[in-house]
Amino acid sequence: MISKYINPVLLPLLLLGVIIAIWSYIAVLIPGFPTPGEVWNELLIVLSDPLYDNGAGDQGIALQLGNSLARVFGGFALAIAVGVPMGLLIGMSKNAYAAMNPYIQILKPVSPLAWLPLALFVFKEVNTTAIFVIFVTSIWPIIINTALGVRSVSEDYLNVARVLQLSPFEKVFQIILPVAVPFIFTGMRLSLGIAWLVIVAAEMLTGGVGIGFWIWDEYNNLNYSHIIIGIILIGVIGYILDALMGLIADFFDYRKRGLK
Amino acid sequence: MSAKPFLKIDHVDKVFPLGGGKEYVALRDVKLDIRQNEIVSIIGHSGCGKSTILNLIAGLDTISNGTILLEDKHILSPGPERAVVFQNHSLLPWLSVYQNIEMAVRKVLGEDLSPSEIREHVMKYISMVNLDHAKDKYPGEISGGMKQRVGIARALSIQPKVLLMDEPFGALDSLTRANLQDHLMRIQMQTGNTVIIITHDVDEAVLLSDRVVMMTNGPEATIGEILEVNLPRPRNRLELQHNPEYLRCREAIIEFLYSKFAKEDE
Repeated sequence: MISKYINPVLLPLLLLGVIIAIWSYIAVLIPGFPTPGEVWNELLIVLSDPLYDNGAGDQGIALQLGNSLARVFGGFALAIAVGVPMGLLIGMSKNAYAAMNPYIQILKPVSPLAWLPLALFVFKEVNTTAIFVIFVTSIWPIIINTALGVRSVSEDYLNVARVLQLSPFEKVFQIILPVAVPFIFTGMRLSLGIAWLVIVAAEMLTGGVGIGFWIWDEYNNLNYSHIIIGIILIGVIGYILDALMGLIADFFDYRKRGLK
Repeated sequence: MSAKPFLKIDHVDKVFPLGGGKEYVALRDVKLDIRQNEIVSIIGHSGCGKSTILNLIAGLDTISNGTILLEDKHILSPGPERAVVFQNHSLLPWLSVYQNIEMAVRKVLGEDLSPSEIREHVMKYISMVNLDHAKDKYPGEISGGMKQRVGIARALSIQPKVLLMDEPFGALDSLTRANLQDHLMRIQMQTGNTVIIITHDVDEAVLLSDRVVMMTNGPEATIGEILEVNLPRPRNRLELQHNPEYLRCREAIIEFLYSKFAKEDE
């Protein structure tokens, strides 16, 4: 019984000891590689003044992360606004599916970063470019999962709609969306996860501000401790984003609102 | 029989295309007149197209040849005047018992009723199937028999001209099934609905029906015989056990299904 509560805390702490030991050994092997202690001290310094702003290229960690998050949420929101209606259309209409499916299948495997130079040429501005790249990243899982959700609506429910002569509008809101919403949120959760992966690489290329830029900038400054801090912070924030999306998804899933 | 039938199924064929130019003739030349307030059951082996007939009347499937007329109007598409009780209840799992019925009432009768009248109307049909205590439960929280009662209440709440039931009690255990059959007979006595029931259960057919329509086997299934069940209502299953008319009807159906149109298990 006790082990049930202690293990989730104790075992990761034990493993942390092993990780720090290996890390320290690597730091001995590679001259200049930051030791765990150095990174810890740097982390305290970085977090002590997260909001400082000395103009472009020199801003606190919270401002860097905030910028990255704002771009992710901007592109993500656009992807939802476009992707959910498109997914509904593709799921409900065989013709729309036939028309769009080939393009979705071809565009989906393209790394969103391949769009970045084109977006930079079109928008000539870093922030819009980053938002567009995140939009392209996020939209495919949202479209595909929304369409999947629509197609998973049972024929029986649709027959109920037909007998009651529901209008297309009523059918979408009263029958299709309640079934599809959990699928849509699964798509959104996937999208947000990938968007958070992609923004780091995008910002390394665009520069200016953002956590990706910050990490690349610290590489150029030979400040390797900050790179490790960046990795840890990106991971923690990614974890929080995913957990939040999971909670929101459960809230909208009728199967998880206390009913089985 | 009155001059004009209430529901007239006139020389109806149903052909399903199989692809590659082939087709499957499920129903051939089905003719049936159904009177108002009548309970008719359609019985036959699986694959005889009995559910197809129901889907054609419901308008969920299209007629290949022939016509179906309800009060002289052609049936071309689904509509609330032909409510369907589906075999697997088809309740919307994200709505409570009350909301499932309310949604149907709001859509079909909503324009004529005030909010308080809608509430009263929904509660009337919930009470009719004795589910007052479960009105705020969700379909996932109630038993199969209760779900089917909600399905019946939902279908009746929109005041259909015909109630179509597709093997409504097929998925239930025999005790629950008996209970629901009694519910259905009591409700039909109150409301006078015209009811068409698809079943494969001989006792159910005799107990519930004024007439039993027996289907031949598919492909090209059609109506083999029609049996009048001359038993007074209300009917009590215990008293019927040794009733000569009940036994006669039962024998006639069993003779039809297992001798004239026996079907090997494929």
